[in-house]
Amino acid sequence: MKDKTIDLKPVAKIVPKYSRDYESNLIAILQETQDVYGYLPKSVMKEISKLTDVPLTRIFGVVTFYSQFTLTPRGKHAIKICNGTACHVRGVDEVKEKVKEHLNVSEGETTADFKFTLETVACIGTCFLAPVMMVDDRYFGKLTTESVTDVVKEYSN
Amino acid sequence: MLKRLKSYDDLITMRKSGNKKVKQDKVKVSICMTGCRALGAQEVYEEFSKQVKKQKLQDKIEVVETGCQGLCARAPVMTIDAPDAPSIFYGRVTVDIVPDIISSTIMKGEVIKKLCYAEAGKKIPYMDDIPFYSRQNKIVLRNCGIIDPNSIEQYIERKGYDAFAKALFEFDPERIISEITHSGIRGRGGAGFPTGLKWGFCRKAKGDVKYLICNADEGDPGAFMDRAILEGDPHAVIEGMLIGARAIGAEKGFVYVRAEYPIAVNHLRNAIAQAKKLNLLGNNILGSGFNFDLEIKMGAGAFVCGEETALIASIEGKRGMPRPRPPFPANSGLWGKPTNINNVETLANIPVIIAEGADWYKQLGTKNGSGTKIFALAGKVKNTGLVEVPMGTTLREIIFDIGGGVPGRNGFKAAQMGGPSGGCVPEEHLDLPIDYESVKAVGAIMGSGGLIVMDNETSMVDISRYFMEFVQEESCGKCVPCRVGTRKMLDILTRITKGEGCRSDIEDLKEMANVTQSASLCGLGQTAPNPVLSTIRYFMNEYEALIK
Repeated sequence: MKDKTIDLKPVAKIVPKYSRDYESNLIAILQETQDVYGYLPKSVMKEISKLTDVPLTRIFGVVTFYSQFTLTPRGKHAIKICNGTACHVRGVDEVKEKVKEHLNVSEGETTADFKFTLETVACIGTCFLAPVMMVDDRYFGKLTTESVTDVVKEYSN
Repeated sequence: MLKRLKSYDDLITMRKSGNKKVKQDKVKVSICMTGCRALGAQEVYEEFSKQVKKQKLQDKIEVVETGCQGLCARAPVMTIDAPDAPSIFYGRVTVDIVPDIISSTIMKGEVIKKLCYAEAGKKIPYMDDIPFYSRQNKIVLRNCGIIDPNSIEQYIERKGYDAFAKALFEFDPERIISEITHSGIRGRGGAGFPTGLKWGFCRKAKGDVKYLICNADEGDPGAFMDRAILEGDPHAVIEGMLIGARAIGAEKGFVYVRAEYPIAVNHLRNAIAQAKKLNLLGNNILGSGFNFDLEIKMGAGAFVCGEETALIASIEGKRGMPRPRPPFPANSGLWGKPTNINNVETLANIPVIIAEGADWYKQLGTKNGSGTKIFALAGKVKNTGLVEVPMGTTLREIIFDIGGGVPGRNGFKAAQMGGPSGGCVPEEHLDLPIDYESVKAVGAIMGSGGLIVMDNETSMVDISRYFMEFVQEESCGKCVPCRVGTRKMLDILTRITKGEGCRSDIEDLKEMANVTQSASLCGLGQTAPNPVLSTIRYFMNEYEALIK
């Protein structure tokens, strides 16, 4: 990616907030940083390592362990399809296939126009809405292949 | 304005003055603003507030934002309490009907039929007449759906923090532990370890610094009771933690919560800030000399972090991978210090046990498990939602009497209990009284209380493959039996579901399950084969049909 053009000022502001204990706040630092940048560019991780004295290898280890972190830029909207048991029993697979077809991406991928990133999550904890998905912070429940098409269209425009 | 409470008396005074202020002549409209948000509760709440203002009804109506009221299938839901009248329960409330609710139900006491819960074609307007509610026994969910979770005043008005004050001023730590031990409560997170015993280990462990952690990393697909408790009654969890901290001798606590639960995090953060303002958290709490500070730690999306040692690694800022035990966290946990970890639902039980006494608590439930258990009822069942019943209640009561049975014509096939670590319970065991041991005997586990109902349309081999895919993805990869075992079992199951299975597959699955169970490092791997084994046990015919 275009690492050279990335502004390191935001991360320089975030890191000192956790100065009393960098090591154990590493996940929180990375979460806040990702909120700003949308993902975790290599140059930013290097900067975190420099500022905190936590080895880059350890940072990379943590980033690749937790599913919340991403090394590549994400789309404007995050579509999170619930893959919980209730959703599975109530036919979320068909809904997921429909979304993939509309966006022309696989799970974990971002559309070419950077509008959407498609993810699946283990369980959103709203099983009464099954099958359910979230677009950013909004829930869409009791989905069918038709209604999910409407949701995707709504966000595409 | 929240004023610092300097003593137990200050807390009592605050409660009494709060109780006096509550206007008995107002109609209270409680709207679920947590789970129901997903279906438009926010808009309904705003419309209600707008109408009350517009019609100048502030003296007559009080609109309260509450947590989960339980019957999620009817979302968005609300409860209307007029003075000296039974509670009216409305579901599927829309913005357009709000003026009608005010003009007919609140002003004239007339019920709007189409908003009422219906059973066998009959509309049931009053909450106490609805079997879903009348058959439950809400101990842990005592405040959930009733109070505003963002108001510490309302929590205190309902005797909140009273049990903690009792534990602080009237009990010594040993007495707290003996009360909890005597109550017979076992951990609600899954394993069912006796809570009193756990606290005792940590109390006895050597060390000046000890930690108490609340495990709110509710990751089992199909379980959402911890989310509901944190969203609907966060102070109950904080109070439980305060009592636990006093018992084990901890001055610092953490709540490790999933990042996927933004409302829970928000309400908990608010609750902690309020408790700090009132001097219920911090130094010299209520003038007693006892200190306890509480911090939220957010998870970052890893199912295995629900395991104690993995959770500790995650709080330390590392990859959340389990380590062998012993040493147990009670002796060497967070940063090598004695650490006690309890689940959300367990902690929310603690204030009730201290307030009402162990003997009272023991009356609920069975020999193998006292108290109540919250089940998250979902899947092919009419009344999806949260159900709290005493241990020893049968699955039939939960699924049919409370849950309203299976919709459509397909009929009941099995109930999946305990998520990826659990198993499927078929119809023949529906009359089994549920507790930790009885569920284990039929091949499932109590687990965290996820209860997914499946009808005859559901393929059990597919369910088995589904759970295996889940644990295979979530396996952290540290130990070989789990990493390779789950992968191999998934390969076989995938082949079978595609119709490419062979005769030796079942024996291979059983052998692989046996190795993974006995040789894996942590609970994730040790329990991963359960869904496979239980479906082979009860639904072998479905495997055979696919293999032939």
